[in-house]
Amino acid sequence: MLVEHVGLNQISGSLVVLDGVEDAFYEEMVELRLDDGSTRQGRIVQIEGDKAVIQVFAGTKNLSMSNTGTVLKGKPMEIALSPEIVGRVFDGLGRPADGLGEIFPECRMNINGTAINPVSRVYPRNYINTGISSIDCLATLIRGQKLPIFSGSGMKHNELAVQIVRQATISDNDNFAIVFAAMGVKNDVADYFKKSFENANVMNRVVMFLNHSNDPIIERIITPRCALTAAEYLAFKCNMNILVILTDMTSYAEALREFSSSKGEIPGRKGFPGYLYSDLASLYERAGIVEGSDGSVTQIPILTMPNDDITHPIPDLTGFITEGQIVLDRSLDATGIYPPVSVLPSLSRLMKDGIGAGYTRDDHKALADQLFASYASVQDVKSLASVIGEEELSANDKLLLKFGKAFEERFINQGNQNRSINETLDLGWELLSMLPRELLDRVSDDVLDAHYKKK
Amino acid sequence: MNTNNLIYGINGPVVTIKGKTELKMMEMVYVGKEKLIGEVIKITDDFTTIQVYEDTVGLYPGEEVISTGEPMCVTLGPGIIGNIYDGIEKPLAAIAEKSGVFLTKGVSTPPIDYEKLWDVTITVKPGDEVKGGSVIATCPESEIITHKVLVPPTVSGKVISVAPNGKYKVNDTIVTIERPDSTKQDLTLCQKWPIRYARPTAERLPISKPLVTGQRILDTMFPVAMGGAAAIPGGFGTGKTVTQHQLAKYSNADIIVYVGCGERGNEMTQALKEFSELTDPKSGKPLLQRTVLIANTSNMPVAAREASIYTGITIAEYYRDMGYSTAMMADSTSRWAEALREISGRLEEMPADEGYPAYLPSRLSEFYERAGYYKTLCGDEGSITVIGAVSPQGADFSEPVTQNTKRFTRCFWALDKSLAYARHYPAINWNDSYSEYLSDLSEWYEENVASDFMTLRGKIMNILAEETKLMEIVKLIGSEMLPDDQKLTLEIARVIRVGFLQQNATNPTDTYTPITKHYLMMKTILHLYSCAQKALEKQIPVSRILSTGMFDKLIKMKYDIPNDKPELFDSYNDEITKVFDSLE
Repeated sequence: MLVEHVGLNQISGSLVVLDGVEDAFYEEMVELRLDDGSTRQGRIVQIEGDKAVIQVFAGTKNLSMSNTGTVLKGKPMEIALSPEIVGRVFDGLGRPADGLGEIFPECRMNINGTAINPVSRVYPRNYINTGISSIDCLATLIRGQKLPIFSGSGMKHNELAVQIVRQATISDNDNFAIVFAAMGVKNDVADYFKKSFENANVMNRVVMFLNHSNDPIIERIITPRCALTAAEYLAFKCNMNILVILTDMTSYAEALREFSSSKGEIPGRKGFPGYLYSDLASLYERAGIVEGSDGSVTQIPILTMPNDDITHPIPDLTGFITEGQIVLDRSLDATGIYPPVSVLPSLSRLMKDGIGAGYTRDDHKALADQLFASYASVQDVKSLASVIGEEELSANDKLLLKFGKAFEERFINQGNQNRSINETLDLGWELLSMLPRELLDRVSDDVLDAHYKKK
Repeated sequence: MNTNNLIYGINGPVVTIKGKTELKMMEMVYVGKEKLIGEVIKITDDFTTIQVYEDTVGLYPGEEVISTGEPMCVTLGPGIIGNIYDGIEKPLAAIAEKSGVFLTKGVSTPPIDYEKLWDVTITVKPGDEVKGGSVIATCPESEIITHKVLVPPTVSGKVISVAPNGKYKVNDTIVTIERPDSTKQDLTLCQKWPIRYARPTAERLPISKPLVTGQRILDTMFPVAMGGAAAIPGGFGTGKTVTQHQLAKYSNADIIVYVGCGERGNEMTQALKEFSELTDPKSGKPLLQRTVLIANTSNMPVAAREASIYTGITIAEYYRDMGYSTAMMADSTSRWAEALREISGRLEEMPADEGYPAYLPSRLSEFYERAGYYKTLCGDEGSITVIGAVSPQGADFSEPVTQNTKRFTRCFWALDKSLAYARHYPAINWNDSYSEYLSDLSEWYEENVASDFMTLRGKIMNILAEETKLMEIVKLIGSEMLPDDQKLTLEIARVIRVGFLQQNATNPTDTYTPITKHYLMMKTILHLYSCAQKALEKQIPVSRILSTGMFDKLIKMKYDIPNDKPELFDSYNDEITKVFDSLE
């Protein structure tokens, strides 16, 4: 029996306090019924004796101490799931938002999920071909991995995400779907994603969860959890390979900060709550492959670094949890290079076991190592050249400078082209062949014999 | 047992009980109907505060908190080796079998298999006097580790009856003793120990041996002693985890306890897989036969993350007490410190630096001081080496966890982002790292490797220091402007950096290098340097010296010379001499 508690005892920010509640449990869902007939959802975030603190998702506007009744639902937050969700659009709380009616649920799952037992994980090895040279060759995306894109406001991370969705292929492609969660994105950006997916004819394999930037901020904390629950359902119950794109994690973290401060918690770095790491981990760690299922959850969270600062708590903590990162660079972006992937700080931790013979090509690792090392020396030469002038450089340094330019313009810069892994690797060797052979110290002689092209 | 303790408030992993209770500080309790494990962390007149090691969703106020009367303990006995646990010694593999791929709450599974039979040999007879730490029986725990059954440290007495040799379960009584107060006590194969207390030893012994890791920059440049403590700080992507894995795989400790504290789930899967496939270079058996894994990944409950470090070191101490050299890797202690901060925040304690509680330094020192080289209670020698990774926020080494860790460890392996960006691995910066154990260990190197080992190391370090100085100038005027002898220094430093310091963890030859090879490599590089210097004196230009190809050849010798063929170094040295003789 659901009892309605009449009235509230305290309202502050997005939180309300209710006295005299018995049998409430932590993280229980509640429904608030206003006297004008509308309802709002909320969740219990703290209990002290018979006092419950409730977080109201749609905000506390128009609530008063007397005009609201509260019903405890007796269950934690759940969403309805069935294989039909593919191709549908939901709002930030997981309710259908495309006017196509309710989902007939096959099951309901708690959006908080539960941690995967490390023993039951399957180590990710299969790579996902994105058709983008800088990613495929240098920071390969592996199925079951979480690989964020660190971007900044105004850079082309949305285009890159769409291009990845459009081009991504895996060997058993027919069971592939994308879960797309937008947190606090502008309405036109959300439309851009929707249109791009439609134009690329992939909408029938996309599930969208949209929390726009003018939607209640508290719903933003729920959105990625709904999306990941849907992803886990499709991956582990329906055996599908799921790519989850979460954008923008910065808005998410800021929503969390707002929520934390309204609860009066002690702030940590830059005002973010001390548990930001654990909270982000509870999202990112939901990527993976588990035993007994053919599916996988791969995550590409996108975040805009405030003021392009990679040491800001959001990118910093993200980088400690995720398995690598793809960093976009403003100066490359300004010179018109797309995708503006900054190669040196970009990294894929799982790449070493997912490339090479049997996956991509046997020379992949040597090539990637050498490209990184050579491009790193290009940076030294560049800074030297800015002091003493290009004219004064040694012959080898001049060659390096030339290689660096060609690498940026031909390898990183590829526009909307879809390159196969062989094209990418061959291009890499072609560029390395601009350098004298003795500068290639990361590659063994037999690999060089096979791939180094003498002029 | 007190049954009047009812839950009053719930806030994340922190639960409060209203009113006065009989609960003790740091006592272990069972919380709620699902019997979640918790620990009392604060007692006031009005409230008792408990941190819960499992997810508190679905907990009701009014549910009961059951006292156990004991502090948080781990169960110690045969069956720990090769297992994988969470932060409070719950066996993850057994739980997966019971409840599937996702972790569920309150599943009570014994940490070690109570049903398994062990082949026990009793080593005492009736009438023997035994005290805490005495060995009463042995049994083979894995193919390479013999488990010694010890009298619990607080127990002593006279043996009055023993069971015959044979197969026993861990809870079977094998020896009965009579204590000085004439009470009897049954001893089994297992015992419990509270995780927050160091297990007692007879005395601390001076440090004299290195932990040999097979990693050139560590063993040769910045060695850690057996019984020492080392810190690996580094931003994300600099290779902390790879370095820790390399140490777990190749170091010469008998037992490895690897604690994944608040880190990635996929990494623990990788460790588990690699350790069961790779073989121990000493015994040729799978590494898992000498390894205990503790996995409390970042999405598992935060309070258990705080406990995982203590669980790990208590297990390491237990094997130390059997006379083994153990090494514990903690990846990463920053996550542990953050767990402290998170719980401290929930308790509304006054924060110190960057929100960390003021007791952070004392907790860190307590932990690192449990490392050491000891004489055990039974008179053997055992050691614990602790290697803690630190993940400083924004790779800024001035933050509190790195700074305080630096105070309590004597070996500091600073990982450098710019080296990692250039894919120079291990990305340990040779200018910022240090090891205070060098003077303690130089005697060992001189006796066991070569008498001039430390001299050669000094020379190599000098060249690297010289290079750093020269690079300052090169940044301003370019290397072309330098005189020939300085150009030569830069070239030989490159050989050292690329050919010696860089070590490829994925290359089967290079991933582990025996210490004699370190020495021979150094010697060959320095031989080249002295030959080249002599050539310079004869007015031979550097460009000609470089065109001999010897520099590039030495860079690749780490791959080209197999670990089991040290005699090949002679031919390298001969070739260098010959090539340079022919230059004249």
